[in-house]
Amino acid sequence: MHPAYSVILFTSASGAGYGLLVWLALARLTGAWSIGPVPGLLACLLALALVTTGLMSSTFHLGHPERAWRAFTQWRSSWLSREGVAAVLTYPFALVFTAGWIWDGITPTMMTAAAAGTLVLSLVTVYTTSMIYASLKTIPRWSNGFVSPVYLLFSVASGGLLFAGVLSLSGAAGMNEMILLLAVLLVAWVVKVYYWRYIDTARAESDAGTATGLGHLGKVTQLEAPHTSENYLLKEMGYQVAQKHARKLRRYAFILGLVVPVVLLFGAGNMGGALQATLLVVAMAAGLMGVVLEHWLFFAEAKHVVTLFYGRSV
Amino acid sequence: MTQLALVIDLNVCVGCHACAVNCKEWNTGGHSAPLTDLDAYGKDPDGVWFNRIHVYETDDGSVTQTVNFPRSCLHCEQPDCVTVCPTGASYKREEDGIVLVDAEKCIGCKLCSWACAYGAREYDEIDGVMKKCTLCIDRIYNENLPPAERQPVCVATCPAKARHFGDLGDPESEVSKLVAKRGGFPLMPETGYEPVNRYLPPRPRKVQAGDTGAPARLEAAEDSKATNDFFGWLDQKLSR
Repeated sequence: MHPAYSVILFTSASGAGYGLLVWLALARLTGAWSIGPVPGLLACLLALALVTTGLMSSTFHLGHPERAWRAFTQWRSSWLSREGVAAVLTYPFALVFTAGWIWDGITPTMMTAAAAGTLVLSLVTVYTTSMIYASLKTIPRWSNGFVSPVYLLFSVASGGLLFAGVLSLSGAAGMNEMILLLAVLLVAWVVKVYYWRYIDTARAESDAGTATGLGHLGKVTQLEAPHTSENYLLKEMGYQVAQKHARKLRRYAFILGLVVPVVLLFGAGNMGGALQATLLVVAMAAGLMGVVLEHWLFFAEAKHVVTLFYGRSV
Repeated sequence: MTQLALVIDLNVCVGCHACAVNCKEWNTGGHSAPLTDLDAYGKDPDGVWFNRIHVYETDDGSVTQTVNFPRSCLHCEQPDCVTVCPTGASYKREEDGIVLVDAEKCIGCKLCSWACAYGAREYDEIDGVMKKCTLCIDRIYNENLPPAERQPVCVATCPAKARHFGDLGDPESEVSKLVAKRGGFPLMPETGYEPVNRYLPPRPRKVQAGDTGAPARLEAAEDSKATNDFFGWLDQKLSR
């Protein structure tokens, strides 16, 4: 599948934003991390900025962005529509939750309710995003049980990297505080490695024989294409660059997304001051680059069954 | 329930692309007009077409066959292109089963083209909306056309009569009978989309002499006269 930058940016940015909201809501609800009101406010604003940027960028690739409001109407059948509805429903809770860090007008009860709503709806929104892809039977590498867990884990893991920065601003970025987010990061990438192993070995149900219905006559190959240059189908669904470099790119994603952040966060957890802040910034940058690369691969490595008609394999 | 559809005879199709060309010609002025082109006269022409003609070769190890293969919307009974649409622009008509796009509601998110297994939907870069086969909805019900012309233009134009149009929801219709008689099949049924269009398989290739109606084996003819002349004598001597 063609990895449209707007969609990569959307899934990465909004994923990290919702993930950060999840951590902040958890902090508020459990009291496991002591976060100052100003870092809490700034973190919420950052999360909302990421989510909003992501949602806006997802409308960039529309042919008619001015009609985007229509996408809220088909929530009974369309996961894309459900995502839009869930994203919009999250806003009121997240906005109250954001204001509550510094504004006394929001009572502790309201704040708890807002945190709980933000937590649940953030996860629901990420889940609906994942289902847009997981529900497509035409793309075997998306239509499987790994996709939703991976989306949820990567959202919370990338939000966790940002949350480490919030902890640092609150002067609470010790090893004990960061152990949970390190664990989520590790689990996310372990599941991703299993996903890669799955897509490398799983056999697709369809082939050129079932696509053309000519399989009973033997091996089916395309003798002549319908057109001389690439058409919409091949540009959108027949993207091939990543297939060539997949192994190498997966390794880079793994190192940037997991190895570098883990090493640096371990270092940062045992230090303080400017050095800790520097290590955290580098860890976040590397980790988020790893996530973006992973999202890019998710698209670029996906193969669509329509390419079977053009003599390719899925 | 009425389910209008196409039946395409792969045994007859000669791969002339007339259906695709005439489809483009009609539909660029029809329901989903225009079918825009990019770089139409340049090095990499690209544009919206509802019909694409592939040519395949099959090989079972001893027999190869060349099959011309027109590909277009199959007007599925369970069309995911309709259910994934977030705006309701994509719909399947209850009265005749035709899958259409409402160009006024389409936001151009392309998700329907991702959901389609058959490459039936193409994005129009200029109009910013999805376009697809309408089964010539503007011909089949068009009372300004003589009754004989009220059929999809790909069917009307086919010089080999490889394309048939009718109601596959009615088991007694001509097309349903044709499908039953010739063993018509759907494409990629494993998608679960229940595609409606049917393809008629190429007939088995005749590879043995007997398959064509000729004697299965050719025996050397006895020529009694030949033995009397010089060459007959020579033949006898050399055959020893």
